[in-house]
Amino acid sequence: MTDVPFRATGFAPRRVAWASVATLLGLLALWQAAASLGWLRTEFLSSPLLIGRALAALIQSGELWQHLAASLQRLAIGWTVGTVAGLAVGLALGLFTLARSPGMAVVSALFPIPKIALVPLFIIWFGIGEGSKIVTLAFGVFFPTVINTMAGVDGVPRGLIRMAQSFGVPYGAIVRKIVLPGAAPAILSGFRITTSTAIILLVAAEMIGADRGIGAFVLQAGNLYDTDNLLAGIVVLSSIGLTIAWLLGQLERRLLSWRGP
Amino acid sequence: MIGAMTARVGLSAAGIRHGYQGLSVLDGIDLSVPAGQVTVLVGPSGCGKSTMLGILGGLIRPDAGTVAITGTPAEDCLNPLTYVFQDFALLPWRSVEGNVALVLEHTEMPAAARAQRVAEVLELTGLSDFATAWPRQLSGGMRQRVGIARALAVRPAVLLMDEPLSALDAQTRDLLLEEFVRMIAATGLTTVYVTHNLGEATRLGQQIVVLGRRPGRVRQILTIDRPLAERLPGDDDLARVEAELWTLLRADALAAERELVHD
Repeated sequence: MTDVPFRATGFAPRRVAWASVATLLGLLALWQAAASLGWLRTEFLSSPLLIGRALAALIQSGELWQHLAASLQRLAIGWTVGTVAGLAVGLALGLFTLARSPGMAVVSALFPIPKIALVPLFIIWFGIGEGSKIVTLAFGVFFPTVINTMAGVDGVPRGLIRMAQSFGVPYGAIVRKIVLPGAAPAILSGFRITTSTAIILLVAAEMIGADRGIGAFVLQAGNLYDTDNLLAGIVVLSSIGLTIAWLLGQLERRLLSWRGP
Repeated sequence: MIGAMTARVGLSAAGIRHGYQGLSVLDGIDLSVPAGQVTVLVGPSGCGKSTMLGILGGLIRPDAGTVAITGTPAEDCLNPLTYVFQDFALLPWRSVEGNVALVLEHTEMPAAARAQRVAEVLELTGLSDFATAWPRQLSGGMRQRVGIARALAVRPAVLLMDEPLSALDAQTRDLLLEEFVRMIAATGLTTVYVTHNLGEATRLGQQIVVLGRRPGRVRQILTIDRPLAERLPGDDDLARVEAELWTLLRADALAAERELVHD
């Protein structure tokens, strides 16, 4: 008689929370050690301590807030405008035959254009100031929002809509109570994509023509070979991204609590 | 009392033809659904029985033919032709009571009366303790009870049930079938019930309409006069009807099973 061997091992990675934190801290420590021991030249890569010091100075002098405020304002306005427009158009494409084919033709034609390439055009149209930057962001956010919203509407089970119709629920109520909540998961995961797109476009637009904003600050620091401030700016950008992702996570947890853990 | 017993509403379908992509599914169906009775539609897979149910309730527009309501729904009826769906069709983002309330929210019923109606039908279907639960937390049987509660909430005149038990396991099916029998017997609701399960057909059916395979036509109509409450498990007469139905359907069912699926 022989025992039956267990054959179903592996292929089930687990999450070990402390390992993530330890890895990041370890990498930072390694970087700092390499800089302190003179293994790498800080004028090319700076070091965690120097970056921290630069950040502290930026906070104290108030310079950080000036740049941050300018960037966040552009981000908020541009993303909101693009999102609201994208939701409206995406919903229309998802609901109406008349809108669908013409709308999709336009969206498919314009979506692949790298939006950064349009910045010079937007500067001609809207000037070098805030207008062109906000339009660039809004334009970049608009298309993915349209596509995600339409896909979300398409993904709402038709059976639920037929059910509501069979009970005489009016059109507007079906859109509000079934189509929108049904499309919400797709729309919200689209927000993750559009917010990071917006940050990329924000930095690019600020590098082309702005004297304030994190993107402009990073570019200036680069021109001065000031890698401490350059990387401090990048830390700020990454913090913006992380904060937005966290906020979206909270929003999803609240709005999609029905999906369960 | 649910489903005003005084209401005498039936349906009458004439010359129904319907097809999908050139494939004729229903070919000249005449069907009378008598008020206050259970009409069961049976037939092999793909014979168009669910399509016929969709046509009867106005969810599918037939290529030809008409459906008429006979009689007048009771005054408190909010949705004369009311469906119970095979896949339950519950909104996953609404609680049990929210799902039931959905079908009342667009009516003129005041909020207080609405809440009372929801509580009443949840009580009737044994769901009171689950009012705030999410659909995902419920078993299949409980989900279909929500479907039933939702249907009863609008005081229907005709209940259109599309294979309401086929997504459930065998034990739950038996339990729920007995609940259907009690509910229908108590309310006297006119019911059209689509199934491929011949046991369900003889347990519930007062008129059993056998549809043949494509193109779907009415092959035979059997009637069982015995009141629902007097139909016991293991009844010889019912078993005989069931055997007769199977004889009628067997060849069609076999053919349907050996056919490629057209989607």
